[in-house]
Amino acid sequence: MNGPGWMEIVLTIAVTVALAWPLGAYLARVWQGERTWLDPVLRPVERVIYAGCGVRADRSQGWLSYAASFLAFSAASFVVLYLTLRFQDLLPLNPQGFKGVSPDLAFNTAVSFVSNTNWQSYVPEQALSTFSQMAGLTSHNFLSAAAGIAVAAAMARAFAAHRGEGIGNFWADLTRITLYVLLPVSLVLAVAYIALGEPQTLLANVTAHTLEGGKQTIALFPTASQEAIKQLGTNGGGIFNANSAHPFENPNAWTNLLEIVSMNVLGYACVVAFGRIVLARKDARALVTVMALFVVAAASAIYATETQVPPAQAAAHVATDVSMEGKEVRFGAPSTAVWAAATTGASCGGVNAMLDSFMPLGGGVAMFMMQLGEILPGGVGSGLYGMVVMALIAVFVAGLMVGRTPEYLGKKVEAREIKYAMLAVLILPLAILGFTAVAAVLPVALKGLANPGAHGLSEILYAYSSASGNNGSAFAGLSANTPWWNTTLGIAMLLGRFAYVIPVFAIAGSLVAKPKLAATAGTFPTDGPLFVGLLVGVILIMGGLQFFPALALGPIVEHFQALQAVAAR
Amino acid sequence: MTLATHPLGEDRRKASALVSSFSGPMLVRALGDACLKLDPRKLTGNPVIFATEIIAILATVSTALAVARGGDWGFALQMAIWLWATVLFANFAESIAEGRGKAAADSLRATRVTTKAKLLDHPSARDYTLKPAHELAVDDVILVEAGEIIPADGEIIEGVASVNEAAITGESAPVIRESGGDRSAVTGGTTVVSDWIKVRVTASAGSTFLDRMIAMVEGADRRKTPNEIALAVLLAGLTLIFLIAVVTLLGLGAYSGVKLSPLVLGALFVCLIPTTIGGLLSAVGIAGMDRLLKVNVLATSGRAVEAAGDCDTLLLDKTGTITFGNRMATEVIPAPGVRPERAMEAALIASLADETPEGRSIVELARGQGVDVQAPAGAEVIPFSATTRQSGLNASGRVWRKGAVDAVLKTLGMAQGEMPKELAAAVDRIARSGGTPLAVSEDGALVGVIHLKDVVKPNVKERFADLRRMGMRTVMITGDNPITAAAIASEAGVDDFLAEATPEDKLRLIRAEQAKGRLVAMCGDGANDAPALAQSDVGVAMQTGAQAAREAGNMVDLDSDPTKVIEIVEIGKQLLITRGALTTFSIANDVAKYFAIIPAIFVGALPALGALNVMGLASPKSAILSAVIFNALIIVLLIPLALRGVKYRPIGAGRLLQRNLLIYGLGGLVAPFVGIKLVDLLVSALGLA
Repeated sequence: MNGPGWMEIVLTIAVTVALAWPLGAYLARVWQGERTWLDPVLRPVERVIYAGCGVRADRSQGWLSYAASFLAFSAASFVVLYLTLRFQDLLPLNPQGFKGVSPDLAFNTAVSFVSNTNWQSYVPEQALSTFSQMAGLTSHNFLSAAAGIAVAAAMARAFAAHRGEGIGNFWADLTRITLYVLLPVSLVLAVAYIALGEPQTLLANVTAHTLEGGKQTIALFPTASQEAIKQLGTNGGGIFNANSAHPFENPNAWTNLLEIVSMNVLGYACVVAFGRIVLARKDARALVTVMALFVVAAASAIYATETQVPPAQAAAHVATDVSMEGKEVRFGAPSTAVWAAATTGASCGGVNAMLDSFMPLGGGVAMFMMQLGEILPGGVGSGLYGMVVMALIAVFVAGLMVGRTPEYLGKKVEAREIKYAMLAVLILPLAILGFTAVAAVLPVALKGLANPGAHGLSEILYAYSSASGNNGSAFAGLSANTPWWNTTLGIAMLLGRFAYVIPVFAIAGSLVAKPKLAATAGTFPTDGPLFVGLLVGVILIMGGLQFFPALALGPIVEHFQALQAVAAR
Repeated sequence: MTLATHPLGEDRRKASALVSSFSGPMLVRALGDACLKLDPRKLTGNPVIFATEIIAILATVSTALAVARGGDWGFALQMAIWLWATVLFANFAESIAEGRGKAAADSLRATRVTTKAKLLDHPSARDYTLKPAHELAVDDVILVEAGEIIPADGEIIEGVASVNEAAITGESAPVIRESGGDRSAVTGGTTVVSDWIKVRVTASAGSTFLDRMIAMVEGADRRKTPNEIALAVLLAGLTLIFLIAVVTLLGLGAYSGVKLSPLVLGALFVCLIPTTIGGLLSAVGIAGMDRLLKVNVLATSGRAVEAAGDCDTLLLDKTGTITFGNRMATEVIPAPGVRPERAMEAALIASLADETPEGRSIVELARGQGVDVQAPAGAEVIPFSATTRQSGLNASGRVWRKGAVDAVLKTLGMAQGEMPKELAAAVDRIARSGGTPLAVSEDGALVGVIHLKDVVKPNVKERFADLRRMGMRTVMITGDNPITAAAIASEAGVDDFLAEATPEDKLRLIRAEQAKGRLVAMCGDGANDAPALAQSDVGVAMQTGAQAAREAGNMVDLDSDPTKVIEIVEIGKQLLITRGALTTFSIANDVAKYFAIIPAIFVGALPALGALNVMGLASPKSAILSAVIFNALIIVLLIPLALRGVKYRPIGAGRLLQRNLLIYGLGGLVAPFVGIKLVDLLVSALGLA
């Protein structure tokens, strides 16, 4: 630990949060269908799309209809992607001549990309054709992100309405968010990545002759463009197995900074846009503060644990004060720590180090960030609606304490909202703990583990936390490309995305019809430090407490065991 | 705010006939009821306590099995005892809250009439036949004479009597009840002290006010309020989450080589689920109704009490609430060219038939100044009405009127500007001083203006400032003209006022406020208040008021004190605050319980986790037992708080939350660490585990 390291962590997060404001303002305009400076170019394209697809963009949908559109779109995407992967050998752009993907892997991968998770049970450069990567996966990197952001837009409209009915038009939202936000920003990022040294080519691979006379086949892909949307859309699915630890995906400190910023900025921007539309900018600022506080705390905790003298190395009298195992030398501990916090808080899942090699508590923090519900700042769009669910619960519990039926942003929080919020909150423990408990005693599942004991349990717990939270990062050490893992992780991803989002839609539907109340002196303030503290507490206690026993048997016991083992010597 | 610091309600601090405090027999009865409630079928409405009982049964079975196998059953037995105690304590909390209502209901039942009623053969005659009270039908007309108990709810159609309503209100000073107007309703079970009345029965046996009151205080048809339902959903959700957390430990534990007994997992589950608030939730609700009863207010539903806490706008009648009811005539200003005596005489004649305090004060003023005339023979009384806003006499072609200045001018066909300058100036002066000007006319000519003085009650300004800090807007309703209203409004410190208000205006104002998403509270007593009372979210009708008003409102104030609505709001808030505080406390407790139980159950197989035993509890068994004991005892310890309610302070939402979060949030985090440690010291000292 040192000053510059801390500075790096704080500055990275500060830059991200600061950039979220202009982006959020722009995003709000896109959500509202207002004019933007891209209109001259994009408006005609938008019109052609609407005309071609028969979308009536001005027709606002009720929550059921909006939810049905969202689900239908996701289901159709899943089918197309599944077929693309299964039959990639019959499709063009397959320079390496890969075979079709197995059914369970195709299921897992299709769910993974449709649910904005990007869990990868396979080694991409050894399994997927360029067509599968570009047409199949990259397109869903855009569309699943846009669908998530659309739900956030719908939630914003529900809060803004006064006895309203519709929460917007899903198809228009999907189109506008993709066209006006994801495509242009990705384009800029991709160009920047190319300038900073990432490859962008349709060539299959190059062959290198090493100094020792060996021959290496180095895979090449249109990396820069994939990298841009991978981070921006909190997808996280790398084009290479090593993800952003690979020198092509993340060659230097500048790309590293850009990738960290771009994986969190849109999550924060959704909150800012929400605040603008709901006319609650200060309240949105409080939500952003909560999110950023968690990321800072997690990054600090990981930085602190990763810069302790590793017990085993201390016992072996190795002089080091950083645990560099699994980390890239070009990034070092602080960059690795802030990345790990950002990617697990954001449901991104891209990694620039091997989390499996973190100190037990460092890995535990990463796991905990995902278990808290992927709302810090969460996936694009999904972070906002997840945070709103938490805020509703916080407001309900504490709002009672000021002696009124609680309100959040002018909407009364009543039995219906609480019912749906609790349903949503139930999903993560059910999926994470449920699958982990079964996998922990099932021989067919345990075959995939690389490590025994507490670390092995961490690997299982991490995998299901990542899948259920739609994060997609892996703890490594787990060979997940087996029917058991592909299927159960696929189901966990489905639950985490779709079982969660249905109650969220129901909340939006209930809120939109309610009158928008004016705040009075008796209204519980949701924009100050008090609310920030309260929300932090509720997220920790309601979102995190149930994972304490599981964490105790995984990373926590591993930590104490390591300490004891060293002491015993 | 308590009654003691309540400036407007000090006169109300009298013993209530309805509510007795705790007593030995009551506690015994509550304990008996608590045991009866152990029937699982009675617990299905409370998932948290239901789940606890299932674990208690499991612990009992596990004790029996241990005994049968000849194993170590001491620990299992203690666990079973404390788990049953948890359920019993929760039931006890509910029973004791209900017990207070039941005691009140018993005392009410005793006043139910069993005597015979004098059913009149003809409403205009005085011949009657005796008929048992419970056989009376609606619209029967009965005679009640001095010393008799009124056998049914009804409306006086003839006569005046003083009635002792102590049975209902606890107030032993008799009140006047008379036919016509807003004081004509009588309640079954009250006693006529003097004179006689003829009463038209308005409610048949079983649906009388007394019957409804008994049902209310007994909680016979107590339904969960919306807020209670929301909270119950939250608690059920938490219970499910912790069920998942505990059940999955079976798999996780098996992987880690930890042997977990169902008993220990059950204990962990009971400790984690919110038993504290789950056990106290219904007691809090019942106690809230009880507190209302204590200030002599009957609510028709718990929902109304909750709505009271939510109100944003409070409509207050000026008279009797903001100012002392009796406006006194202090002077009569004659019109130019009219002799002062003649103006006074006209004012007197116009007021002769006016039995209101204002009317009588005019008569007194005139007689005090030596002006005295009798009503002309054959005079026709023109009563005051809310639409004409004037009253007076017609006799042998002559007409006397007095009333609101604009109303009288309108009747005379005069525009405001046509009023003589001197009078206009007088009206202005009176109004601006906060008084009420009344115009007096005689035979179609304006003869003068009466000055009625209206005095604002002391301390109301502070009270309204408190309300503002609670986030409530106060709107003063008055029939006065805007200038008068403004003067009084600024003196009293209300946020807004509605002047020259007709019942329709009132209704319109309520609807407008509600359209803005606000909840409106008001009180009223007149029959013309009924639509507004029905429309408002919290409508408090006065017990002395018209029957229509009592039917329309969702609360009845037995003291008929219009300032009571402020107290009702506070009780509503207190109810919500108590629920929120106990929930927060309950959930915050879980952190300490984890730190007690998790190391205890894992430390055998994974000694490294002993490091999590931050409380330094003696042994795994004593740690688990201590957590369970603490979990049970905390319910008992919090029963007084649940019944008394968390004190409401009008300090603004932010500061109130900060305060309560500190006490119940942080307190809930820290208290169990201390509590469990203390129990553990005791348990290990006694060698219980």
